[in-house]
Amino acid sequence: MKDVILQLDSVSKTFDGKKVLDNLNLEIGRNEFITLLGPSGCGKSTTLRIIGGFVKPDSGRVLFEGKDITDLSPDKRNINTVFQKYSLFPHMNVAENIAFGLKLKKKSSQYIKDKIKYALKLVNMDGYEERKPDSLSGGQQQRVAIARAIVNEPDVLLLDEPLGALDLKLRHGMQRELIKIKKEVGITFIYVTHDQEEALTMSDRIVVMNKGIIQQMGTSKSIYDEPQNAFVADFIGDSNIIDGVMKADRLVEIQGAAIPCVDEGFGRDELVDVVIRPEDLVITREDQGYLKGMVVSIIFKGAYYEIKVRVGQYDWVIQSVNPAQIGSMVGLTILPDNIQIMHKPHSEDAQVEKRD
Amino acid sequence: MKKIKSINSRVWLSSPYLFWIVGFTVIPMIMIFGYALTDKTGGFTLANIGAIFEPIHFKAMVFSVEIALGCTVICILLSYPLVLALRHLHMGKQGFTLFILIIPMWMNFILRVLAWQMILSRNGILNFLLTSLGLNPLSLANTGTAIMIGVVYDYLPYMVLPIFNAIADIDEDIIEAAKDLGANSFAVFCKIIFPLSVPGLLSGIVMVFVPSMTSFVVADILGGGKLQLIGNIIEQEFTKNSDWNLGSGLSVSLMIFVLISMAFTSKEDAKGRRESAIW
Repeated sequence: MKDVILQLDSVSKTFDGKKVLDNLNLEIGRNEFITLLGPSGCGKSTTLRIIGGFVKPDSGRVLFEGKDITDLSPDKRNINTVFQKYSLFPHMNVAENIAFGLKLKKKSSQYIKDKIKYALKLVNMDGYEERKPDSLSGGQQQRVAIARAIVNEPDVLLLDEPLGALDLKLRHGMQRELIKIKKEVGITFIYVTHDQEEALTMSDRIVVMNKGIIQQMGTSKSIYDEPQNAFVADFIGDSNIIDGVMKADRLVEIQGAAIPCVDEGFGRDELVDVVIRPEDLVITREDQGYLKGMVVSIIFKGAYYEIKVRVGQYDWVIQSVNPAQIGSMVGLTILPDNIQIMHKPHSEDAQVEKRD
Repeated sequence: MKKIKSINSRVWLSSPYLFWIVGFTVIPMIMIFGYALTDKTGGFTLANIGAIFEPIHFKAMVFSVEIALGCTVICILLSYPLVLALRHLHMGKQGFTLFILIIPMWMNFILRVLAWQMILSRNGILNFLLTSLGLNPLSLANTGTAIMIGVVYDYLPYMVLPIFNAIADIDEDIIEAAKDLGANSFAVFCKIIFPLSVPGLLSGIVMVFVPSMTSFVVADILGGGKLQLIGNIIEQEFTKNSDWNLGSGLSVSLMIFVLISMAFTSKEDAKGRRESAIW
């Protein structure tokens, strides 16, 4: 039994007649780095704002260490937030920004001084105490915002797309630093992002959301390797998603070819979604392989080539270290382990939406 | 070379304004100073400027400062709650409320003051309402209170609008961040909203304090000529007594006082910012 610090119990929220969260249940463990991942409008930010106390759910409860905090205002929760737009106080310098929460808690000035020093060191911003926020770069402002939240020693830190406004290189650096900070302070991080790579890199556990519903929960590896539906498969990484028919246990028919797989328990002749990652497809000679097609494009991507092979009406995307000749006929083969079979969504709510 | 030429040709665009300001501000100011520093025979004197300390003038000056300070304080106290309420209104309602606030500004200033005279006079609308409710009538006409009501009514929008602009600019995220860090609504106001509204507050003070200090029409109409602001005295020196020298001298004294108090405001500004930065 894991140590649950925060629990969302059947939380629903509707904005302007649009259901943003639909009966959401989520348990978050102490000291966990959990990421809410999904496209914009999926309800992930609303979930975070409900945890922070900025939005009241229409129904359902928020439990903190077993106690109902649904009606508690943000200032009374031992939860702090790092906002996407940094939201530093423009009339205060860096030290005053960081001291804000501590002063409200009437901590001694020596304690506050020590904390500021510690926090700035933690985020690599020593010596910036006297600077005003508008003289700092975006990355520096976000570091200060993190320091400002962490000095209060919250039980849970909420991060609302904190790296969204930074450029790619800075974002990668900050991802590593966030992991380091998380290890150092040892508190629960709830992270919201629409960037699947960011989620895969940092999280202990990922919650993939779409249309106010949790699509899948699990570790980065399980989400990537075993997506439970076409939405998750499509949203996390590149995927070939194609219709298939289960011919028997461990045998799926795709584009007329019967291919061995490892999935069991589907109905005979059940229509399914089949997901195959581009790096799992192997190009062979034309007469080998399950599928036969023509190479229609090839793009050099640095570490690999992205090759498209047209089989019937469908262009398979393949990542390969070896190039192929455009216009040539090739075969495609795949290991049974690398085929992911999913039930077709049946209910209206679970209907998948392609990422734009 | 070309650049200099183009700047010069642009400068010419401002010439109509320059003629205007030289003709109607600079030259009259020089004349005022000229009159103020001379006596009727044309000899140099500081008596006209020093005349501010004569009891009757000094009393009017003190009364002016009282009215101006009172008006400024009342306007500030009325503005903040209004502006904080406006912040939470939706765009449409916000615009409508501001519109209502501004409508009176489109009507002539003197007409508005005359309207107040009708309302506050002995047999006016206010007393009619009070007596029909069975209450005692108030004799507000020709009192300091009446003047105060008049100036507050006239200058309130000039306080509300700059404060509103400053506060409307505050990002909601910043307020949420403060709450997130443990600030209740009162702390949010004291530590975030008020400090960030100070630039608006200062321009509001300048726009309310100075004109209410120097106004004389309001005192004329609502004070019944009995209560005199320094503006009324200056007006009388120019019109009734035809003593331009004394009128100019008092004007210069008033100008000096206003400039000093405005310098004091900006000093308070710098100090206020340092203070809010320390708290």
